Amino acid sequence: MCLAIPARVLELLPNDEGLIDVGGVRKRISLELVTGVVPGDYVIVHVGYALQRLDPDEAARTLALFAEAGAAGDGASTAVA
Amino acid sequence: MSPVKKDYIRPVDFKHGRVDMTHGGGGRAMAQLIEELFAASFDNEWLAQGNDGAVMHMPPGRMVVATDSHVVSPLFFPGGDIGCLSVHGTLNDVAMNGATPLYLAASFILEEGFPLADLKRIVESMAAAAREAGVPVVTGDTKVVEQGKGDGVFITTTGFGVVPPDVEISGNRARPGDAILVSGSIGDHGVAIMSLRENLSFETTIESDTAALHGLVAAMLEAVPTIRCLRDPTRGGLGTTLNEFARQSNVGMLIREAAIPVKPQVNAACEFLGLDPLYVANEGKLIAICPREDAGRLLDVMRAHPRGADAAIIGEVVEDPHRFVQMETAFGGRRVVDWLTGEQLPRIC
Amino acid sequence: MKYIDEFRDGEVARGIARRIGEEARPGRSYNLMEFCGGHTHAISRYGIKDLLPGNVNMIHGPGCPVCVLPIGRIDNAIELAAGNKAIVCTYADTMRVPASGGLSLMKAKARGADIRMIYSAADALRIAQENPAREVVFFAIGFETTTPPTAIVIRQARALGLENFTVFCNHVLTPSAITHILESPEVRELGTVPLDGFIGPAHVSTVIGSQPYEYFAEEYQRPVVIAGFEPLDVMQAILMLVRQLNEGRAEVENEFTRAVTREGNEKAKSLVAEVFELRKSFEWRGLGEVPYSALRIKDAYAGFDAERRFGITYRSVPDNKACECGAILRGVKKPTDCKVFGTVCTPENPIGSCMVSSEGACAAHYTYGRFKDVPVKVA
Repeated sequence: MCLAIPARVLELLPNDEGLIDVGGVRKRISLELVTGVVPGDYVIVHVGYALQRLDPDEAARTLALFAEAGAAGDGASTAVA
Repeated sequence: MSPVKKDYIRPVDFKHGRVDMTHGGGGRAMAQLIEELFAASFDNEWLAQGNDGAVMHMPPGRMVVATDSHVVSPLFFPGGDIGCLSVHGTLNDVAMNGATPLYLAASFILEEGFPLADLKRIVESMAAAAREAGVPVVTGDTKVVEQGKGDGVFITTTGFGVVPPDVEISGNRARPGDAILVSGSIGDHGVAIMSLRENLSFETTIESDTAALHGLVAAMLEAVPTIRCLRDPTRGGLGTTLNEFARQSNVGMLIREAAIPVKPQVNAACEFLGLDPLYVANEGKLIAICPREDAGRLLDVMRAHPRGADAAIIGEVVEDPHRFVQMETAFGGRRVVDWLTGEQLPRIC
Repeated sequence: MKYIDEFRDGEVARGIARRIGEEARPGRSYNLMEFCGGHTHAISRYGIKDLLPGNVNMIHGPGCPVCVLPIGRIDNAIELAAGNKAIVCTYADTMRVPASGGLSLMKAKARGADIRMIYSAADALRIAQENPAREVVFFAIGFETTTPPTAIVIRQARALGLENFTVFCNHVLTPSAITHILESPEVRELGTVPLDGFIGPAHVSTVIGSQPYEYFAEEYQRPVVIAGFEPLDVMQAILMLVRQLNEGRAEVENEFTRAVTREGNEKAKSLVAEVFELRKSFEWRGLGEVPYSALRIKDAYAGFDAERRFGITYRSVPDNKACECGAILRGVKKPTDCKVFGTVCTPENPIGSCMVSSEGACAAHYTYGRFKDVPVKVA
């Protein structure tokens, strides 16, 4: 449930709105639920509202975890809190 | 444009005028509209005669006839309008039988109050599309319904063509081992339309792919006369058309997601709305099924044609009594591509 | 698309699948429930099951807010639109849910009821502003992800002084549903349904944070891994659950660190707390009455509560006797165990909640996985 999609913030608009871009498609959405978002940030958008800012460092870390899990390894577990 | 011959007090006001009930009444107003708009735009010997039908020469061969009603809303969209759409759609239906389209008929249901400026724009778009395709609109009809009983304009087009004797194209001819090809990216038209829907509006540079494909089909058939099936995946998209073929031919199919061309923006728009590009309408693409050994050659011919530049081989026909269309996902797993359930609606979940 | 494509990489998926295969111990089974309908959809759409070893079983939980909406509430929504009482604005997902008398919102619309499909709560507010002479009701559904936008529009309606806008609130809560499943006799006492761990919902968690799940892990001694929305996220979460179970741990882990923190979205949570409060009990389709599992509008915002303005009375309507949705939602049965699955009950003609939305367990299986029920020869 909760179809939500990561989108890049292109510009901030009046009334707590923003113009976001996903793969070249642009839409005006509400930024009222998030704070401190600036153009260039990525946010998760659901039914026309940004719910949370996406942390690029954590995203990179997660992708690295995937790659590590996939690599032939020693089977050591990596707990992520 | 033919000069106004009749004794009309003044020409039709295409700038500010609106359709009213007299335009469908069969009297002078209707005759004037037909003469100054339809006959003038479509401009051919049959309409110039002013009869209620057209007498045509049909070359030898089996005749193909196809008809389509067009109720698209909005009437004008990125890449086209209801006018050229109605021409392309019917030309394509004729062509998908392996036939050369020769003539078109067009009937209009106009809503009282519809701006004549818009009507003119639509008819001129149709005329341009017909001219480009080399297929005249030889006869037609006009009716007017009261305000509130129509959506501006509905257009029904009927196309006539002839199939050469050695050509056999039909949805029930697919055989296990055959290759499945698509002529270009899918989902463009549906996304272009949806981007204009109130409540869903998003900005995109995606345009409808509406186009006449009979030239492409002719080139394909000349190079590969063994083509078994042809169809344009309009409503219901690629997924629905493949299921139609599977059912008609009593076969299954296996396609590869990674091979299906989809424009990035179409993908993005579908992600946004929770839609599956496989089921989104196309108006300028075709699906072809041909024997495996001819697939390479067919692909080359398609790619060499402007309407098939992004053509791709997307899978093959398999034996399957259950007639499933299966897809190898880009991810590596496998899933069924089922018939569309009702109309695809955007979702929040 | 950034942050989407990288998380769908098939090569990487096969790598993670290999590890799951290596680490899942033969001789024991791993029964994992994914709660979020989006995860159900992802598992089906990407064919993730194909990549898992035979002893890792995915059970689909009741994480689809459309599926768990009781028939009686849809009846209420249809009544609101009937007789021109109000313009009812709804997300597209609810349009086809079958209600009483062979009706659905879509069929009622075909009969002339003014029912409008919207993409965002803000659209409902706009419709109310554009139609000051008509009553406008926003049929609000969804879990914690969808609730903050509803809170925002109610506050905006107040700020604008709108008198013709109300909300028919059907927002439901995730943790309560999970508790209810864990408390069910099959799981708790009879042990007939082995439920070893949970994949926690992605976007609900961006709002509520990872903290609310610590209770389950503790109380019921089951590990929870919050997973992102993409198939690689789901696979990684499965690997993390397998590891926890192997090591005898029952913790809350977060795979979706790029969007989920322990506290979640404080601003969203406080907006919701300002406008809504808990209902003592709420009926979930297929699960019966679930305590403290849903929200209603607070007295302070009573003027925007459709239930109060229109005096809506809820009448519970039982599901079709042949329908096994209740058991399927609790993970006790599979879609193929239901007598009417795929025969009478199909996506075109859904009988129960699991078939209604594309993420219900039955709909997902029918749409994407049905071909696996029958042997098919592929040339």
